Amino acid sequence: MQRIINFILRNKNTLLYALLLLISLFLTIQNNDYHRARYFTSANWLSGTIYNSYSGVTQYFDLKAQRDALLEENKRLQEQLYNRPQAYAVEMDTSSLDYVVLPGRVIKNSYASPDNYITINRGSRDSVVQDMGVITSRGILGIVERSSSNFASVQSVLNSKSNINAKILHTDYFGSLTWDQQDFRLVQLEDIPRLTPDPMKVGDTIVTGAMSSIFPENIPIGTIVKIELNQAGSLYEIDVRLFNDMTNLGQVYIIRNRKRPEILNLENETSDD
Amino acid sequence: MTDNYILGALRFIGLVLAQVLIFNHLNILGSINPMVYILLLFWYPVQENRTALIAISFALGFAVDLFSDTMALHSAASITAAFFRFPIMRFVFGVNLEFQNFRISGATRVQQLSFLALLIGVHHLAFFSLEIFSLSNLLLILKRIVLTGISSFIFSMLLAALFSKRRA
Repeated sequence: MQRIINFILRNKNTLLYALLLLISLFLTIQNNDYHRARYFTSANWLSGTIYNSYSGVTQYFDLKAQRDALLEENKRLQEQLYNRPQAYAVEMDTSSLDYVVLPGRVIKNSYASPDNYITINRGSRDSVVQDMGVITSRGILGIVERSSSNFASVQSVLNSKSNINAKILHTDYFGSLTWDQQDFRLVQLEDIPRLTPDPMKVGDTIVTGAMSSIFPENIPIGTIVKIELNQAGSLYEIDVRLFNDMTNLGQVYIIRNRKRPEILNLENETSDD
Repeated sequence: MTDNYILGALRFIGLVLAQVLIFNHLNILGSINPMVYILLLFWYPVQENRTALIAISFALGFAVDLFSDTMALHSAASITAAFFRFPIMRFVFGVNLEFQNFRISGATRVQQLSFLALLIGVHHLAFFSLEIFSLSNLLLILKRIVLTGISSFIFSMLLAALFSKRRA
């Protein structure tokens, strides 16, 4: 017994180091699983509050750019409104809408690491929960991964775990949107089968697909800059330049799909059979 | 003595805030963010308890992790640097380390800088190998270690020059 205690005392530094290293590795690996709860995110009370007050100051520096982005979006929406085939005859009933949109603000942005997370100033108090879509006025941003009472941590499209259903605008060719961790301006669209003739060209627009219960269909993502075939020659590998400037994010919209629980329920029941 | 603890606590908080509010958002050349919080290990008194240093480094890394959504990567890297701090010091300062009143501020500039560079090297090696976690990306790991290492070294050197105690 004495010798065991002596051994522990003699090697206490090494043992402590090994123990803490094991804890860190455990946290890292356990948090790496998609949808296993990530407990330690910057959406916690302490860092959320600090980031929030910090961005409360710094947000004034790019007010002009933010205003221009919102004006641009308003212009697009106005054009759509005036060019509708007929005006609204029936009064809109908000309780029958599929998607509910909530505005929010980015309080911490990140785009340089292989797994980027963004923190926003909306949390479970504003009924923001896991798996809600987040977009900006220009296009897609990410998916809510975890929320605390006042803040939420969003898994950016610039994340090695990100996987979003996307398609080529005006077609139904869909694939999954991933990121190869190289360039924060480019994401990759994969799994579109090789077809003749080519269904797309460089410069075509990529939007969200209808397969997702998180994002509505046709939210802009980016344009094609490069089309290649994979090694087997059966699938396309497409580089997409994001519409969003990921380095400069301000106001965001959080999208809740009211029918998502129903869709998930149905899918579960089907897979149980 | 109490002054030292207060100074240490202030440096801890200051370094974490500087790291997460300023240096994490520098993004030099697109993706290089210097990690300067490792300076705490540089400033830590030579004669102090090594066990406490490892525990403090864990807290330091964990605080940075909480803010940067990096899980426990910073914690793992900074305890690794803390663990290897003593061997590095023995390598850099040699027999001087045995003297009772040896202080890092008393060593030559070359010794101080190589101590800082080795600390940063160990820390970044651990951090980026864990971050990318596959040997297929060996070239990418090396590129990131070198570029981020250089920028961390430059910024840490500047901060050390600004905030270190005056030479006695």
